[in-house]
Amino acid sequence: MEPTASLGGQLYALVSLFDPFCGPVGILNLLPDGSLLSCGDTGWGDEVARGFFVTITLALCTLPIGLAIGLFLALAQQSEIRTLKISANIYTTIFRGLPELLTIFMIYFGLQIAVRELAMALGFASGFDINSFVAGTIALSLVFSAYAAEVLSSAFKAIPNGQYEASYALGLRPGKTMRLVILPQLVRIALPGLGNLWMILIKDTALISVIGLGDTLRQTGIAAKVTKEAFFFYGTACLLFLALAMVSSVVFSKIEMRVRRSGVNR
Amino acid sequence: MSAVRELIEPQPAPPVPAFGWSRARIAGAALLSLWVIAGIALVAWLIGAWDIDKVMTYGPKMLSGLGTTLTLVGISITLGAVLSVPIALGRMSSNRILSSIAYGYVYFFRGTPLIAQLFLIYYGFGTYREELEALGLWVFFRDAWNCALFAFTLNTAAYQAEILRGAIESVARGQHEGAAALGLTRFQTFHQIILPQAMIVALRPYGNEIILMIKGSAIVAIVTVFDLMGETRRAYSRTFDFQTYIWAAVFYLVIVETLRNIWEKLEQRLTRHLKR
Repeated sequence: MEPTASLGGQLYALVSLFDPFCGPVGILNLLPDGSLLSCGDTGWGDEVARGFFVTITLALCTLPIGLAIGLFLALAQQSEIRTLKISANIYTTIFRGLPELLTIFMIYFGLQIAVRELAMALGFASGFDINSFVAGTIALSLVFSAYAAEVLSSAFKAIPNGQYEASYALGLRPGKTMRLVILPQLVRIALPGLGNLWMILIKDTALISVIGLGDTLRQTGIAAKVTKEAFFFYGTACLLFLALAMVSSVVFSKIEMRVRRSGVNR
Repeated sequence: MSAVRELIEPQPAPPVPAFGWSRARIAGAALLSLWVIAGIALVAWLIGAWDIDKVMTYGPKMLSGLGTTLTLVGISITLGAVLSVPIALGRMSSNRILSSIAYGYVYFFRGTPLIAQLFLIYYGFGTYREELEALGLWVFFRDAWNCALFAFTLNTAAYQAEILRGAIESVARGQHEGAAALGLTRFQTFHQIILPQAMIVALRPYGNEIILMIKGSAIVAIVTVFDLMGETRRAYSRTFDFQTYIWAAVFYLVIVETLRNIWEKLEQRLTRHLKR
């Protein structure tokens, strides 16, 4: 298939124009031809860069899902209804207590078994393979949401009761109170904690390489095995993660400054 | 002129609102019953799938794997605590070179995934085999267990250094000044005034760090160390029985929850003089 035949192909072509590693203005093109990290067939630059994008995509896919579940969990933990509170606490205890690697394996193999059983029950002859990206996103979202729930519910506790009371006195419904009064303040309080969780999430994506997703660590691992330059390639992987952490911390401090601008000192 | 002539009669207490099935209440009941059903189904499945042969074959192995996990974490936390002291002192030092070296160390080990660090040491040091052999260090780095121990120690030292630094810096300046006014030497001040107060601040983060290490240590299974996770993976690859993962999960949850409760008790006991 021609790479530009479909919309996806066109999009890919468009995105690769701005590829900072191997695009027309990529930094790896500056390397001499025979080096280990150059682009194209001779070096491993494009493979490693692809893995790096998989890492970023995985983290970015996990973030909204994890935040949404985490917010619901935090709301449940805040609620006066005992059953909701207990259910949320069971969830956070399980996913904060299990090693991330074990969660990933359990989701990956467990989903495979479940899908196979389901397919057999529905009369399909063969099962479907579970994509390791999907399994990874689910597993990381479970872990991320359990931690996000703790951050968000401690942020909820930091908002004084008077905010709710004033909002009800103004005649706002609970939904509007949440959206217009509580959430804007919540974001401001929870942002540093969520920033930490994002850093942890980036590091946890490296674990998905063990179920076969071609992320940074797996791609550099393949390169290391083929070229026998393990130290160089794993060092590259570490530096890529470091770069991601640095960029994230810059972005987060920008967001924090922006959010704090409208804040009131209490 | 107006005056109150009649007092309001005593009123009965407002009626207790009737127990209503609001949407949240229904959701709560549904979720909780989902957990209960899932729990019962899990237990029923575990009982149904109970196979004494498998338990006798793999049970002791998993227990020994648990021992391996705890040993690994225990040693690396202890060594990391020792190593974290000079790093924390370096971080707080007014010497620019020392503090930036310590900062770089901490930034590297906290900014990269533990699994990448482990691979860097276990596979990466193999690139320099000849040099390491010449130094006589190859015997050490050849073994996956040693590499894991080394990587974990370096990693936890970085985290513990930050905990230690944060705790020491959280002690108020007046404490230093008061100690100086009493004529205590710097060592006495640090040892008897600053450290006891800092340790109380550091207690909770240290507990979290131990729990994180127990969970993080599962990755040694990938570099062929047979800890709890490694034994679980081996048992699963031989039996294809999903039970093994469930049992591993139970083991990990029990350890983590026990540790968390012990730590909570410890904290309550050690901070009882701060309670009002």
